[in-house]
Amino acid sequence: MEMTGAEITIRCLQEEGVEFVFGYPGGAVLHIYDALFQQDKVKHILVRHEQAAVHAADGYARCSDKAGVVLVTSGPGITNAVTGIATAYMDSIPMVVISGQVPTYAIGEDAFQEVDAVGITRPCVKHNFLVKDVKDIASTIKKAFYLAKSGRPGPVLVDIPKDISNQKCGFVYPDSIAIRAYQPPGRGDSEQIRQAAELLMQARRPMIYAGGGVVLSDSSAELTDLVKLTGFPCTNTLMGLGGYPATDRQFVGMLGMHGTYEANMAMQHCDVLVAIGARFDDRVIGNVEHFAQVPRKIIHIDIDPSSIAKRVKVDVPIVGDLKLVLEELLSVLRKNEKKTGDIADWWKQIEEWREFGGGLRYKNSSEIIKPQFVIETLYNLTGGDAYVTSDVGQHQMWAAQYYKFNHPRRWINSGGLGTMGFGLPAAMGVQLMHPDATVACVTGEGSIQMNIQELSTCLQYRLPIKVLSLNNRYLGMVRQWQQFFHGNRFSESYMDALPDFVKLAEAYGHIGMFIEKPSDVEPAMKEAFSRKNDLVFMDFRTDPAENVYPMVPGGKGLSEVVLSEDL
Amino acid sequence: MRHIISLLMENEAGALSRVAGLFSARGYNIESLTVAPTEEATLSRMTIVTSGSDAVIEQITKQLNKLIDVVSVMDLSEGEHIERELMLVKTRAEGEAREELKRMTDIFRGRILDVSDHTYTIELTGSRTKLDSFLVAIGRELILETVRTGVSGIGRGNRILSL
Ligand SMILES: Cc1ncc(C[n+]2csc(CCOP(=O)(O)OP(=O)(O)O)c2C)c(N)n1
Repeated sequence: MEMTGAEITIRCLQEEGVEFVFGYPGGAVLHIYDALFQQDKVKHILVRHEQAAVHAADGYARCSDKAGVVLVTSGPGITNAVTGIATAYMDSIPMVVISGQVPTYAIGEDAFQEVDAVGITRPCVKHNFLVKDVKDIASTIKKAFYLAKSGRPGPVLVDIPKDISNQKCGFVYPDSIAIRAYQPPGRGDSEQIRQAAELLMQARRPMIYAGGGVVLSDSSAELTDLVKLTGFPCTNTLMGLGGYPATDRQFVGMLGMHGTYEANMAMQHCDVLVAIGARFDDRVIGNVEHFAQVPRKIIHIDIDPSSIAKRVKVDVPIVGDLKLVLEELLSVLRKNEKKTGDIADWWKQIEEWREFGGGLRYKNSSEIIKPQFVIETLYNLTGGDAYVTSDVGQHQMWAAQYYKFNHPRRWINSGGLGTMGFGLPAAMGVQLMHPDATVACVTGEGSIQMNIQELSTCLQYRLPIKVLSLNNRYLGMVRQWQQFFHGNRFSESYMDALPDFVKLAEAYGHIGMFIEKPSDVEPAMKEAFSRKNDLVFMDFRTDPAENVYPMVPGGKGLSEVVLSEDL
Repeated sequence: MRHIISLLMENEAGALSRVAGLFSARGYNIESLTVAPTEEATLSRMTIVTSGSDAVIEQITKQLNKLIDVVSVMDLSEGEHIERELMLVKTRAEGEAREELKRMTDIFRGRILDVSDHTYTIELTGSRTKLDSFLVAIGRELILETVRTGVSGIGRGNRILSL
């Protein structure tokens, strides 16, 4: 039976087992929306801005093992989506974006709502396609899902011109697809793995540094086994939080610009470093030359060869699927009679750093709400069991520091691109994936306004997200940098003329709460979380002067960390 | 260091811009880039001349390999290889210079393809340095126009870039 390109597109999504498509209609995708209307397997979530569609699909993917799916129209539809696509690309999130395009005969004529979607997205997708023949739709969508999910995941765009979605052909969905130029790595090289094991045995000051790759490849069990088997300290990057249980003693906290003193010192002074699904980026190791001053052997395990030896020299590179590599490394270590070296002194040193850095500390107050206190309360009330999405800024760092993630895929944030406006739409995707779970969106009064319109989407689909806005009346992270590095000149970082967020939440049909007193934080949150079916917007009036500590200033080395001044 | 990178890629619309985009986005340098379909119609072969430290060249080859349209990549300059470039030069050719130009062309094993009362158009193939030397040898004042294809390269002996 012949089907239109639009029907084929939707059929492909059904075949892929897609539950939700996040999107926004328009001229170039009308045929596809028509096909969507005439079936009920794939549900469409109508956002209020295309950027939010992409973040929602992204959140959905991050908290599950599925690819997020997006549908947008040509021109402004796809340009609005670009920020979301770049966000997903930077954090390697599997995603398929389907965009409408002007009809093939109009391409290149500056037609109404024409942009070169493939060109505009090229630097921020894993791959993209312009479909020029209706017969290619099915195989292209198959390829798109395969590419998005396999290897190092990432967003893939499929641009479908309007006439193509209206032409007809027979439908066959390929069972499998081969792309000759693309062979995602599987097992690691056994010889390299053996060498890695050898180094681990000799290490006296070992350190395990695990990133987002562990979460993406669902390898936290293997990572945990490795840490337990070796007795080594473990740190997670911002993207890796939850990859190793944060409440475990061997966890030294997050590292990097706002990492713990002990994590950064251990990273700097270790003699054997195992990097697992992490990429030594500038927010993690700071200044590369400073990092290289201490000689250490580096074992780097990653699925993407180009992540290895990009910023630091690596002694034992292992390219492969983390899960398979870690399994093999574990079995080599278990078979080995030799035990790992004596690292008691190293642990003693780490404990001293722990002591000196004082862990994560802040001075609580009975007068003014400290942002860290809000996050601690959130952690205590949810038993560490919530899905926490965040926006970008100080609140993001406090959430990362003070919420102890013991499980992967619970911490959902834009680490690579640092996209303000990510938190709320991402929370929508998470809540749709886990309808009964507690989903908290930690945000700031700056970030939330970048996608505040999604409160309307939340009402339409009855998403009972709990929004915790740490309202400091500043673009706090900008203010902090201006305080530290620009002589307290707070150029354009004060948020004037803020809306009444309680009324705003109510106008969108939700519950709003204004919380000003520290003693009200816990009762308010309890009340909010008891409202299982409601979205509650909590506007916490927090201390505008609070800064995020510790801090490794940009361009500095890990041991040049600034600890809190008043502790 | 100068490197000659050879690659096979899908002969598809947009493949070239993915490679060119990669170089500009990551700030890699391109000295020349040539591309044409191969005997296998679905594949194009590209030769890129670039330069950079060993670390940069390593990243370039890895990043190229990562492109879904790129089938295989080889750094030709890592081993024995042949590099050739074609150049067409239009020169002023009047009076005594006519004889001298013909002589130089013979010495460099070039050919005169087109002759007019006042000009010669000379074809020359060879390595980049040979072409450069030819231009120096005939002297700037005589040159009216030059066009060069950029380097194409191939491995010697058993060094073969294939699927
Ligand atoms: C889209 C976007 N624009 C600008 C920035 C730069 N930026 C980083 S943090 C920040 C301030 C965020 O303010 P707010 O959301 O109120 O959070 P706070 O830092 O106060 O917790 C800004 C402007 C960004 N990350 N994203």
